[in-house]
Amino acid sequence: MKIDFQHKQAAHCENGVTSNLLRYYGIELSEPMVFGIGSGFFFSHMPFIKLNGMAVTSFRVWPGVIFKRVTHRLGLEVKRYKFRKPEPAMRELDRMLERGVPVGMLVGVYQLPYFPKEYRFHFNAHNITVFGKDEGQYFVSDPVMEHVEVLTPDELAKVRFAMGTYPPSGRMYYITRVPEKIDLKPAIIQGIQKTAKDMLTIPIPMFGVDGIRFLAKRMRKWPAKFGDKKAVLNLGQVIRMLEEIGTGGAGFRFIYAAFLQESAEILQQPWLNEVSRDMTAVGDLWREFAVMAARCFKSRDKGQTSYDTLADRLMIIADREEKIFQRLRKISLS
Amino acid sequence: MKIEEVPQDKGYMIDGRISDLNYAVDEHGKYVSRQSRGWLPKNEAMTMAWDVVFERAEEVRKKIFSGELSPLAFYMELHVMDISILSSYTGIAKWKVKRHLMMKNFRKISTDKMVRYAEVFGISQAELQDTERIRTMVLKHED
Repeated sequence: MKIDFQHKQAAHCENGVTSNLLRYYGIELSEPMVFGIGSGFFFSHMPFIKLNGMAVTSFRVWPGVIFKRVTHRLGLEVKRYKFRKPEPAMRELDRMLERGVPVGMLVGVYQLPYFPKEYRFHFNAHNITVFGKDEGQYFVSDPVMEHVEVLTPDELAKVRFAMGTYPPSGRMYYITRVPEKIDLKPAIIQGIQKTAKDMLTIPIPMFGVDGIRFLAKRMRKWPAKFGDKKAVLNLGQVIRMLEEIGTGGAGFRFIYAAFLQESAEILQQPWLNEVSRDMTAVGDLWREFAVMAARCFKSRDKGQTSYDTLADRLMIIADREEKIFQRLRKISLS
Repeated sequence: MKIEEVPQDKGYMIDGRISDLNYAVDEHGKYVSRQSRGWLPKNEAMTMAWDVVFERAEEVRKKIFSGELSPLAFYMELHVMDISILSSYTGIAKWKVKRHLMMKNFRKISTDKMVRYAEVFGISQAELQDTERIRTMVLKHED
């Protein structure tokens, strides 16, 4: 059986899955809207969580959070669960498909056969929607793919139970109830307020704008601490997270700027257009940061100065993002 | 980012199948989305990550032929795994995996465990034990 489901490509997987699932239930929200209402924008640099043996730097919230917040703020009811073993996880999926419910889920990309081989690191925070099963194949809407893909039950079970940092454990989610009327305005306000609060006030230096400064501070010490070779690898990891597949050039900052622009119109608050322009400028700074970093990869063994320059750039970005969210924090309905 | 600045640097994407959707402003300052075929800094980061994987595998390869490390250590590097990931995919305890990485213990691995290792790497048991396969393998990624 195959559910009549419209696949649409997105910059980011969880935005895409959420947006595609909402559309199936008659709620047409753009990807930036989903990202903004779901408070997807974030920054964290966590030396104690390792990926490929190096600190994790993230430019967005934890997996699953966007879907949870968007549905909650729009008054939808959802169901989310995880499993210990593949068999019940696949059985439950089949049961939901039989009932005509498209199911979002978390997968690892390491064994995802339709991904380019070079992208298949042990990265476990990818989201897809499964919307049908026919002759031993599942129909998959993967937001970073241009068209619908298929997976065999064995392939799907494997990626749902990938191993490594933050294993997906067969996590799946779907919408169970949609309210008759949806009011975007309060949801937008809540989304912005939450992001502003998280970017500005978490009292641990690893998160929000302080997290960017924390990364800058540590980055200056990388060459001395790790040696040139490992330092450049750490930098490479930051860029790979910034450019996480399906987010394009510092993408999250631009997606957020697009969200602010759309919100300016919905809320009839033109000042948000100004903030959107500031955010676009910050996105451009992040892009330049990536270009500068890439020069380090080329030479592979740059000395102390280049890391200082990069860290200086991060400090500027932190200040700019701080100013933006100080303005946004004051948002209200009227 | 302006719409005409959306990067189209050919990289690891597959044309017509996978691309990066970018958001950028058009000539009226309005946000629109456009597909990107890849971006140089990202491609460079990716290339570097793979170069490191192959560099490490090369080191291991040398140690296999000096009799120190086992083929398991080689395939583990090649699949970007560590002891912990390999252990969770095979269900074999970490301390045992660690031992199996040494050539002197490799020969003593039970058939059952050898099959599990081979399966994770997507090769046959015979291939896993075949050091000639490792000697002749070309370590390179396509770009």
